[in-house]
Amino acid sequence: MTGDPGKRGERLPFGIMGAGLATIERRIPNEEPPPLPPNPDLRVIGRNVPRQNGREKVTGAIRYTGDIALQGMLHARILRSTVPSARVLNVDLEAALCHLGVRAAITLAHPGNRVTEYVRYVGMPIAALAAVSPEAAAEALALIRIDMQKLPFVTDMDGAQTASAPHVFAPDVAPNGHPSGFPAPADLPLRGNVRGPTVERRGDVGYGFSTADVIVEGKYRTHVQTHCCMETHGIVADWRDDGLTVYISTQFTAGIRRELADAFGLRLAQVRVIVDGMGGGFGSKSTLGRYGWIAVALSREAHAPVRLILSRAEEQVDSGNRPETSQQLKIGARRDGTLTAIALSSCGSAGVGLGAGVGDMASSLYTCPNFESTHTDVFVNAGPGCAMRAPGNVPGAFSLEQSIDELAEQLGFDPLALRDRIDPSPVRREERRIGALRFDWHRKRRRTGAPGPIKRGVGVAQSHWGAYVQLDSACEVRLMRDGSVEVLSGVQDIGTGITTVLAQTVAEVFGLEARDIVVRIGDTDFPAGPPSYGSRTTASITPPARTAAWHVLQALFRAAGPLLGTMPAKLVARDGFIMAGHDPAKRLRFSDVCADLRTDSISAIASRQDDYGGFGRQYGNAATAQRDLGGVQFAEVTVDTETGVIFVERVLAVHDCGRPMNPLQIESQVHGGVLMGLSFALFEHRVLDPRTGHVLNPNLEAYKFAGARDAPAIEVIVLQNYQASSATDAYGIAEPSIIPTAPAIANAVYNATGVRLRTTPMTPAVVLSALGRRPKAEASS
Amino acid sequence: MISRRTFIPRSDLPVAAARPGSGAAGDRSPKEPETATRRDVIAAQGPDAVAMTLTVNGIARMFEAEPRVTLAEALRGALALTGTKIACNRGTCSSCTVWLDGTPIVSCMILAVDVGNRAVTTIEGLIRDGNLHPAQAAFIGHDAIQCGFCTPGMVMSCAALLDRDPRPTRDAVLAAISGHLCRCGTYPHVVAATLAASEEAKS
Repeated sequence: MTGDPGKRGERLPFGIMGAGLATIERRIPNEEPPPLPPNPDLRVIGRNVPRQNGREKVTGAIRYTGDIALQGMLHARILRSTVPSARVLNVDLEAALCHLGVRAAITLAHPGNRVTEYVRYVGMPIAALAAVSPEAAAEALALIRIDMQKLPFVTDMDGAQTASAPHVFAPDVAPNGHPSGFPAPADLPLRGNVRGPTVERRGDVGYGFSTADVIVEGKYRTHVQTHCCMETHGIVADWRDDGLTVYISTQFTAGIRRELADAFGLRLAQVRVIVDGMGGGFGSKSTLGRYGWIAVALSREAHAPVRLILSRAEEQVDSGNRPETSQQLKIGARRDGTLTAIALSSCGSAGVGLGAGVGDMASSLYTCPNFESTHTDVFVNAGPGCAMRAPGNVPGAFSLEQSIDELAEQLGFDPLALRDRIDPSPVRREERRIGALRFDWHRKRRRTGAPGPIKRGVGVAQSHWGAYVQLDSACEVRLMRDGSVEVLSGVQDIGTGITTVLAQTVAEVFGLEARDIVVRIGDTDFPAGPPSYGSRTTASITPPARTAAWHVLQALFRAAGPLLGTMPAKLVARDGFIMAGHDPAKRLRFSDVCADLRTDSISAIASRQDDYGGFGRQYGNAATAQRDLGGVQFAEVTVDTETGVIFVERVLAVHDCGRPMNPLQIESQVHGGVLMGLSFALFEHRVLDPRTGHVLNPNLEAYKFAGARDAPAIEVIVLQNYQASSATDAYGIAEPSIIPTAPAIANAVYNATGVRLRTTPMTPAVVLSALGRRPKAEASS
Repeated sequence: MISRRTFIPRSDLPVAAARPGSGAAGDRSPKEPETATRRDVIAAQGPDAVAMTLTVNGIARMFEAEPRVTLAEALRGALALTGTKIACNRGTCSSCTVWLDGTPIVSCMILAVDVGNRAVTTIEGLIRDGNLHPAQAAFIGHDAIQCGFCTPGMVMSCAALLDRDPRPTRDAVLAAISGHLCRCGTYPHVVAATLAASEEAKS
């Protein structure tokens, strides 16, 4: 069979290094470069190359959005609602416009408009203005007069589902679908504040439970976590007659350009989006957002550049959050461990937003023929949620992986042995094996309880996340006559290190060092790049970068062939030289060959091709690889049964992300996942006052997230898991690394104390009440 | 000393009922500006910008700013030294850490006018003769950086620690960065980097 004439057969590495690595035949497009050998045979990829912009970051030289100052730039502020539900009767900007420093003001709540005249949460924008200084803007903001008719409101998810609860939305103006990069189904019924359900079903759970020998069931609750990006959301908008330029802290320059063009009636070519330094997003900076629209509208109104940087309080209240969830999970199994049925009933609230589902952990991680889930979203009068690092699967893992732990105990299985039985992934099997050895799992598990108030325990939990790819990802590689190389793409570096990984990818092709490569990204003037969400950046942009570099190299070989008296096809690039593959003595310096180029520069643009073996699933511009991303984490904790304090001493994180491009940067990201997961498990809780609808902790001291002294010893092991899927075979790590941390800790707490905690955050109060040492904690909102 | 909180009775979250900043305007009923004239509003403005001098990174620099401006705001604004970052603006996260006479402080919690003639060192001043401070070099080598927003503050605290104690214990490093918040999770690499920089100082 010859198949597609535009493709050729190649053998690529396939499998796990050290555990049966082999090769596999793939048909790959002719424009794609030759297969990349495993990492030990490479010189730059797979090495701990220092961060490309490290020097700029440790010297403070790198420019974040708030560091951008344009000539004549104005400073914007947003007037926000102090009540959770109201009808706006009048917005009077006159006094504010009289302020000598004010250049523009706009109304966002329009009395008489059925959609915009309602305020639905504390912190919702009502009006905004731009002034000559931040101080003038703050003064003028206080001069805006608002007349409002207060309306009844509801802030707790349980109360919002009762028949008497005030409705957050009338059915015809409620959000439909979810715009934050994590889709919620459209056109579901809305009854009161309850939207849905969405139902997923395979097999027959009734039959499945009837054949089970053991059934476990539990109710789990997770609370709102906020992203807490250190750099708050910010934008500098520069509207001119000939087009719009925005500097914005974003995870997706190409997406922001599309949103701006749509929102302001511009052509794509009239909009330029730029981000250099980017101080963290974690999902919350995936879209333009209300604040972004406001800054652009003010710039248009004022005919001047406008900077709008959210304050910390605004950030905590109105820049997105991880929705709260309530989950009822029931699992049945036979005595041999085989799962017979999983039934999951969940609801969640993303405030006035949608997308509070609990992901695909229960439906996808383990083999089970009978599955049913129902999910409803509940509206409350609180700031909208949005995607946050592994949306859905973080709360979903908290319930599933504790239930599996519970099941293992009832069946008399070791938690790892049960997973060996029901988890079809060969990759996680290897991760469990390696992890158990390194962690000394079996010995620590057998340890008997120590006397005294401090109890010690170990727990394990697993990760599952789609290996996402963004198909409309492109990259240009340019080679200059002096031998310098540029990589150009709209893709942005939100701290994960894609700048460095792109330099490594291209350096490998040219036989150069990563530091020889100039990486220019985060600008829509370059070919459109993928978003930095869904752990898809590396998988999406490194293959086109390698492909584009390879095309440029072929052009260079055509110039070098005559100089070396060798067929271009016989040439190789290595260690800064172009040389004949069969006779390394016949060689020329890379830069000397470049000097002979006919033009000042040569360049090539490539875009992401389909995975060589095909995708598992494709929807629009995104797809998932055939295999998921795994990961297994082991946690060791101490629990002080007198104070209720849980301390996590050690976490071992064993993960896979296809071909690891830069192990040190991967380790950094896994540290981040573990710490954010630990922080979700133990500390973080946005508290809403049910009487006023105000967030009581819109800051970083009363909203506690993990600091240096809360960090356990974290060990990271990353497999080399070759999938023969693309020109680089690399995938992401950001989200898989947060998913299993909270349930691993909860399972360890159970191992230590014999008490199962099914609510986050597992604060001392929660621990003590579970231990029967204090009255049950009040139900909190 | 005038504290910032008493000087600026304003919420970080602008609210519909908020009043103008200070002085006479604070006594005015919130309803009154409905009939405000331009003259009234001018009266509502705070004190004008005044001339100040700060000694930053060894150089005395004169500039004009309103008295309510914090050191962090003055550095980032009038002096265009944007390496110092503001992330919480209330002394919680230490992103805005600079040195005052060699001691790390959070620059969002002191007014620029209160600095007087004390020497301010910012992240931009840490490079000597083009050479990175050992803490900076170690941060790069150990990848103690992700998004980089908390990094200048972290570097200032770790560098100050190494300058006063070239061989700190692990606990001393944790104490030095215990007030710093990092959402990307760089803490383990920051500790490793700082201890490694002290190793280099030993050899």
